[in-house]
Amino acid sequence: MSISIIKPGLLGTIQDMGRYGYGSMGINCGGAMDKYAAQLANMLAGNDMGEAIMEIHFPGPQILFEQNALISITGADFSATLNDELLPAWQPLLIRKNTILHFPELKNGARCYIAVHGGFYIDKWLNSYSTNLKAAVGGFFGRKFEKGDQLCFKESPIYFPALMKPGKDVRALGWKPDIGSTYQYPNEIYFIEGKEYPLLTDNSVNDLLENKFIINPSSDRMGYNTKGPELILQNNNEMISSGVSFGTVQLLPNGQLIILMADHQTTGGYPRIGHIISAHLPKLAQLRPGEIIQFRKTDISTAEFMLCEQQRILGIIQNACIDNLNKLVC
Amino acid sequence: MSNPYCIFPLGDSAATIELGNYINEPLNHKIIAMQRWLTQNCFEGLKDTIVAYSSLSLIYDPVLIKKKYNPAGTVFGFVHNILQEAYRNAVVVSSQMGDLIKIPVCYDDEFGIDLNAMAAQKKITKEEIIQLHTGKTYRVYMIGFLPGFPYMAEVDEKLFAVRKKEPVMVTPGSVGIAGSQTGIYPFNSPGGWNIIGRTSLQLFEPNSKNLVKLKAGDRVNFYRVSKEEMLAGLQLDY
Repeated sequence: MSISIIKPGLLGTIQDMGRYGYGSMGINCGGAMDKYAAQLANMLAGNDMGEAIMEIHFPGPQILFEQNALISITGADFSATLNDELLPAWQPLLIRKNTILHFPELKNGARCYIAVHGGFYIDKWLNSYSTNLKAAVGGFFGRKFEKGDQLCFKESPIYFPALMKPGKDVRALGWKPDIGSTYQYPNEIYFIEGKEYPLLTDNSVNDLLENKFIINPSSDRMGYNTKGPELILQNNNEMISSGVSFGTVQLLPNGQLIILMADHQTTGGYPRIGHIISAHLPKLAQLRPGEIIQFRKTDISTAEFMLCEQQRILGIIQNACIDNLNKLVC
Repeated sequence: MSNPYCIFPLGDSAATIELGNYINEPLNHKIIAMQRWLTQNCFEGLKDTIVAYSSLSLIYDPVLIKKKYNPAGTVFGFVHNILQEAYRNAVVVSSQMGDLIKIPVCYDDEFGIDLNAMAAQKKITKEEIIQLHTGKTYRVYMIGFLPGFPYMAEVDEKLFAVRKKEPVMVTPGSVGIAGSQTGIYPFNSPGGWNIIGRTSLQLFEPNSKNLVKLKAGDRVNFYRVSKEEMLAGLQLDY
């Protein structure tokens, strides 16, 4: 039960919901950039939310299915195509063996997720499947996919021949979740105040809230460098290093902002202007270099409410996915 | 009287308690004691703790906490109260004093790539820099930035050095100085610290039981070795 990487594409790695519990050793959490899409990919493929999934960027890989598989593709739209047939996203897909999945065209988004029913056969490192590229450990041999890699997945109890349509390479199963407002207003990103926010000059507060910030080409899984008006603090005392988190917005000495993303380091010493709310990290993770961020300030209770609501709806979707899949295979 | 600490959200899934914005041994002891207290008084939804010089950050799952404890106010308020409790109850004990570890360093020019520049800037000899760096016992205050990267302090005042303006690629094992701190790069990484030598000591071993060689609370001595000894991968000399 395996797939093979014919062409690796730009950056493809194994991820999951992140590696926690080792922060005091400097071991960062990593994990999927867009955890909403990653969770849905697993649900649609009938997996637990924490299974290992593939996170890919554009240009995407070419993947040969050496066995029949139930998969799902979520997140960014890279025009996923099986042989010559365009595949629907955010939907469970039965894939016939000896077919090739490829991604010919970038439509929107930055990161696409592929889940395979049963999950990939990969050892956990420190309780997580996520790839730590810096330490070269975790995930698939601690590295991105390369040509010729073979990823095994766990055997599925599904009897595919009974479910596939004769002469067809793919069958999309008839349930598709409503992803609602998760990616609406893609450039409007909510944040809550960071510790040093009150030190911003009045002009800088205005600049932060009224201007657009462009994501620089140097942005990656570690952080988004942005270009906007130069922001200034009233008194810019040197800070000692302290903990940071996914979504922390730091002010660099050159007056520009960096937003820490999934592969961020555990600690940092720059002023913390704000923190992107968790419910908006998925849409931020789908913005590409050259795209625009419009910061909107909110408060902690709104942030918590929006995250709980997002996860509540995901829970409902998961139950529906399990029910549907059980009905299909029974 | 105002609190000797400040607790603030680090986003909607993390919170920090800060005891000050300076490097201070008693504060760091207290931070480590608080982390220990939280390990013993763990609550559901606590995912990770990050020890820093004078602050402790908790990474938590607000959805799980909401479901499990249904706090009247915000989840942050709930975590805030736990951090207050940790501050009140955490006691610094002598068993949290770490190990003394001796680290071999080769200070040859080819490894200590910034030694000459530092000597010129500080108007001292390279020999003095090496003497001062090896002449003190440092405390490991925190592990951060990269897996296993130790933040140690404080170097002799004569060695205080500002970070480079532009980070450069740094070789694994490089020993550096930034401000009053000294540290070791476990990996190839861009870095702005002034590099004065290199060690063969592996700070991070992903498949070992301890994962990292040093932990907050340990004390470190550097001693000088030749290039040959360094390259021979001289191991720990307890």
